[in-house]
Amino acid sequence: MLKVWKKVIATGNVTKPWEKSVPPERSRGEVVVEQNAACKGCNICVNVCPTKAIKLYDGSPMINQKACVFCGLCVESCQDGCLKQTSNYKLATLGGSLADNTGSELNNKIRRVLGRSLHIRHVDIGSCNGCDFEMNHVCNPVYDIQQYGIDFVASPRHADLLMVTGPVTRNSTQALLMTYEATPTPKLVMALGACACSGDQIFGESYAIRGAVDAFVPVDIYVPGCPLRPQAIIHGLMLALDRM
Amino acid sequence: MQVIKAVLKEKGKLEFPSITPKISGAAWYEREIYDMYGLKPVGHPDLRSLALHENLPQGIFPLRKDFNNKTPVPTAKKEFPMAGVEGEGVFQVPVGPIHAGIIEPGHFIFSQAGEDIIRLDAKLFFLHRGIEKAIEGAPIERAFYQVERISGICTVAHSLSYCQAIENLAGVTLPPRAQYLRALVGEMERLYNHVGDIGNLCAGMGFAVGIMAGARLKEDIMRVNESLTGHRFLRGMVVPGGVRLDINDQLSAEIRSMLDKLIPDFNEMIELFRGNDAFLNRVETTGIVPRQVALDLGVVGVGARASGVDVDIRRDFPYGCYSALKFDVPVYTSGDCAARLWVRVDEVAQTVNLIRQILAKMPQGPLKVAIPAIKPYSSGFGWCESPQGNNIHWLMVGENNTVYRLYARAAAYPNWPALTVAAPGNIIPDFPLINKSYELSYACVDR
Ligand code: SF4
Ligand code: SF4
Repeated sequence: MLKVWKKVIATGNVTKPWEKSVPPERSRGEVVVEQNAACKGCNICVNVCPTKAIKLYDGSPMINQKACVFCGLCVESCQDGCLKQTSNYKLATLGGSLADNTGSELNNKIRRVLGRSLHIRHVDIGSCNGCDFEMNHVCNPVYDIQQYGIDFVASPRHADLLMVTGPVTRNSTQALLMTYEATPTPKLVMALGACACSGDQIFGESYAIRGAVDAFVPVDIYVPGCPLRPQAIIHGLMLALDRM
Repeated sequence: MQVIKAVLKEKGKLEFPSITPKISGAAWYEREIYDMYGLKPVGHPDLRSLALHENLPQGIFPLRKDFNNKTPVPTAKKEFPMAGVEGEGVFQVPVGPIHAGIIEPGHFIFSQAGEDIIRLDAKLFFLHRGIEKAIEGAPIERAFYQVERISGICTVAHSLSYCQAIENLAGVTLPPRAQYLRALVGEMERLYNHVGDIGNLCAGMGFAVGIMAGARLKEDIMRVNESLTGHRFLRGMVVPGGVRLDINDQLSAEIRSMLDKLIPDFNEMIELFRGNDAFLNRVETTGIVPRQVALDLGVVGVGARASGVDVDIRRDFPYGCYSALKFDVPVYTSGDCAARLWVRVDEVAQTVNLIRQILAKMPQGPLKVAIPAIKPYSSGFGWCESPQGNNIHWLMVGENNTVYRLYARAAAYPNWPALTVAAPGNIIPDFPLINKSYELSYACVDR
């Protein structure tokens, strides 16, 4: 026991404010289209993208952030330097009740009820476990999500928010719907990762995949990434709770 | 290595003699063949569905070539029988698929007499995404990005096996620098997994200090992963034909200094276990898998080495630069949770040593070779030792370097059945501990 205490004291406090640590130089985050891009419309980036996340609109590439896995192939392949990879991970967007009714009564009520103490239930319905592990990592002592009044709970009955990872597979559809049913209102749903946000774009059309999470239950927060880094999860939560 | 092939007569019956009665380890493979192709292993003792659940209509065999992935498939409501034990005083405890922690989904039925588990049956494949079918017809270099995503924590393992299958078929040899860089990320993957899994084992018994120490050390390693490859799970390094990114002095120094800091910290964490009777009481003699069972089921990796089976595919069938590296393969014989823990602990030391060797020996040269046109319909294997055990891919290439068929067998696949042997005789509260001592990835198995 003494050893345990000694180790705890020697380790000290390792928790850092979530925005503090900066992604390293090679970190692959959001791909942006350069402002004065001289796109020739060659379609090389469109063809090279493994998840069909790029389309050309009005003679310039547009990236569907929800389906992008940040592999950087498009940036490497563009001969004209139109695309640039940044390390930006703050890509969460709001949907459903949070986006439609900004400032509305319902919206305020959700935030009033859930804002300071949010309980989360994880639902994995087809993930490769990358997103799941990053969700685990927000609970590690470095990010320590509990310091923000946010915690994971064992049952949907105790949850305010469902964090869903993976595309909706045939075999998990029932589990998703039943978990959603079992969660008391008001409730929020967060789609975590490219799979949950975009459905079959990551793995391609398959008899075993039914689509994105929002085709089955209403989604309030989308957090892209493959997987999303722990900081992106915290960013998504802060955005949803209006605590940014 | 020996390959068994079963040849079906044209217009003959769609069946073949089951080898499961002779080789128990074949049980799951044959059930999956029956599911996916409708080829019946005659004489198989348990032909329940494995990968396809009650929602798929009868008569659909997804991996048959005449099944088009774009065909809409209605939802059926068949039965999915689970195996239990009945009798006076025996009751059944269903658990999952959605669990209490942040873990992957699986449905378990424990048959209980009092506190003791008498039988465990598992329904898995909730994460079945049909990846092997989805990539059929895709160019091999494009399909790589789906294969890389079979599992997060085995990213490098799946990438390596797949790429090596391609390279074996194409008959290309990788430049030495690419081989060393691949070994580097392979060992980094083992390191962060083992350190994280050791911490996670403590979650199976509520030992918070251990959980947090493991999580903290894992985070340090994952940050170095990102510095090195731009990705915390090491995606984007290995590609068919070589590697995508190089290493420089600054990155080598960053890895070395992370290791220098990690080792004393890690050893102190292990000291908290070694002298701790309450801890040892929980892990010792819990979840025993005897050596003969491990051999019969074809258990691999950490699970095998903890049950006295001395296997490691890096040493037994060396790939890449492993024949030029020195390492020991730790083997324990008690087959319990403790043995699986100590195997991991010893392997952390071996892996740290390997990473240092790799950095010291890093040869100069190019990072990639081009993949030439591969003879259509040729097939071959690629393999590697993932953190959980050997990972094997079988690939048949179609016209114009596309995927004709892939079979990805992760280490967790042969190890899952061992869990159903390890659990009975223990009490339910020990199940999470036994489960975590194997740390089997569901996504790897379900695909
Ligand atoms: S980074 Fe990769 S996934 Fe994202 S748009 Fe570019 S090619 Fe597509
Ligand atoms: S988004 Fe990427 S990391 Fe997350 S589940 Fe899908 S493939 Fe895995």
